[in-house]
Amino acid sequence: MKIDVSKKTMILGIETSCDETAAAVVENGTVIRSNAVSSQIDIHRRFGGVVPEVASRHHVDQITVICEEALNQSGITWEDLDAIAVTQGPGLIGALLVGVNGAKALAYVHGLPLVPVHHITGHIYANRFVHELEFPLIALVVSGGHTELVSMKEHGSYEVIGTTRDDAAGEAFDKVARTLGLPYPGGPEIDRMAQGGRPSIDFPRAWLEEGSLDFSFSGLKSAVINYVHNEQQRGHELNSTDIAASFQESVSEVLVKKTMYAAKQMRARQILVAGGVSANSKVRSEMEKAARAQGIPLVIPPLSLCTDNAAMIAASGTIGFLKGARADLSLNGKASLAIEDF
Amino acid sequence: MNVLAIDSSNLVMGVAVTTEDKVLAELTTNSRKNHSERLMPAIAQMVEAAGLKPEDLDRIVVAEGPGSYTGLRIGVTVAKMIAWTRKKELVGVSSLEVVAQNGRGFAGYIAPFFDARRGQVFAGLYEEKEGEIIPAAADRLVMIKDWLPELRKCGRPVLFLSNDLEKWGKLIAEEAYATLGESTQNVPRAAELARIGLRKTPVSDIHHFLPMYLRLAEAEAKWLAKQGR
Ligand SMILES: [Zn+2]
Repeated sequence: MKIDVSKKTMILGIETSCDETAAAVVENGTVIRSNAVSSQIDIHRRFGGVVPEVASRHHVDQITVICEEALNQSGITWEDLDAIAVTQGPGLIGALLVGVNGAKALAYVHGLPLVPVHHITGHIYANRFVHELEFPLIALVVSGGHTELVSMKEHGSYEVIGTTRDDAAGEAFDKVARTLGLPYPGGPEIDRMAQGGRPSIDFPRAWLEEGSLDFSFSGLKSAVINYVHNEQQRGHELNSTDIAASFQESVSEVLVKKTMYAAKQMRARQILVAGGVSANSKVRSEMEKAARAQGIPLVIPPLSLCTDNAAMIAASGTIGFLKGARADLSLNGKASLAIEDF
Repeated sequence: MNVLAIDSSNLVMGVAVTTEDKVLAELTTNSRKNHSERLMPAIAQMVEAAGLKPEDLDRIVVAEGPGSYTGLRIGVTVAKMIAWTRKKELVGVSSLEVVAQNGRGFAGYIAPFFDARRGQVFAGLYEEKEGEIIPAAADRLVMIKDWLPELRKCGRPVLFLSNDLEKWGKLIAEEAYATLGESTQNVPRAAELARIGLRKTPVSDIHHFLPMYLRLAEAEAKWLAKQGR
């Protein structure tokens, strides 16, 4: 289905799938009028990870505050909006329900259409704020919750061609960080620590079967944990910077090679990277090098749009809106959800 | 004044639209718990049945808990959103106080409760004074084996109202002072919720209005215990 993406639109996006309460107003799918986020990182740090019940409680506390901030900063009124887009899933169910029910209440009271959005498509569409999408394209979405390769032939059409069989890449970052005694969230900590180290330790790379586009990070995670235990047992002082650099090297090599392989196979005209892990400096630089070598344009969103936000949900919701995707007031949040249905 | 009352705090889901002296529309279900799917359609249906539009609502009254955490969040989120975005009044009412209304006319204490698992109940204690049901004690989370002896000491008849009598009724019936509610008395009515909400002062800060969980998140409780607090 061909969509006229040049149409004028004004969409309010709402995102509460994990630990950020977010709302944003996006114009024409490409212009961020406002992007309000309330992060709970500081609240969950003491638990060493996101606690679903705690996250859900904070969403209720923040949801109207953040929506008000998004509306005020955008300079628009409810009458200017064409639709409300909300993350339906995947994510933590209790957290999702706050956003979904809040969005339904707003849609009802203001008589606005409601557009359900798949969280991963949001991450992909964060790239449209940087560059117009060129099809066919390959998108790598890597975060604490996901590691997926998605192929797109046109706007609003998604096919998962590779996914993780165990841990998400971001999960591996968090667990390795914990092993090294670093605080949550582990990604930025590992990245910082790796700056001063050399990738001198040969940690495994899980390529899986010949030609597979799937990922596996639990073996790597275990290898790092075993290495640390062995070193400690031998009474060696841990060279954490080298461990961090070597681990990061292993993760980024697998991510980059599989993405490039997929891009070549699909004859992609563009490679997109999105999700929290795309903030990692090693993943960014290696991906840039490889894409340049292959001559395929690469788009990575700025750091602020890599992590969960609602501008990306509004951007993907814009495409859903133009495609005619509509939910009624019985819309429910879903912890797991197929991207192909969006 | 047009009031919208919302109760999704427990298995019962109730929605009512009323004025000060008239119930315009009311819906109660007591079977399935997919409140996330059914609450907003029910609100739209009741407002329409009352012959109103969303903008005609003046006050939103929500059952604030105790109850199911997820259920509470659904009702409170919807109530907050409507009140905030349309600049309407928001009132929170104890979910137990709503059930207690069904004990009107009983000479003694009215003790509504909800099962809270692990032998615990969310319990309230109310009594009728000058025609109004008023709290005799604060709502609490308590072990039922502690709650029953405490009530015994009061030396008054107690009417137990609960949708969870199936689970606890046999144990309670052993108490000489106890009367168990009839099926129609055990189900909270959203129109009663609206009526109580009309008497109360609206919340001053809609943004930070939260459900009355009466229990910390488990991780939070464990963390605090570890800090030795
Ligand atoms: Zn995400």
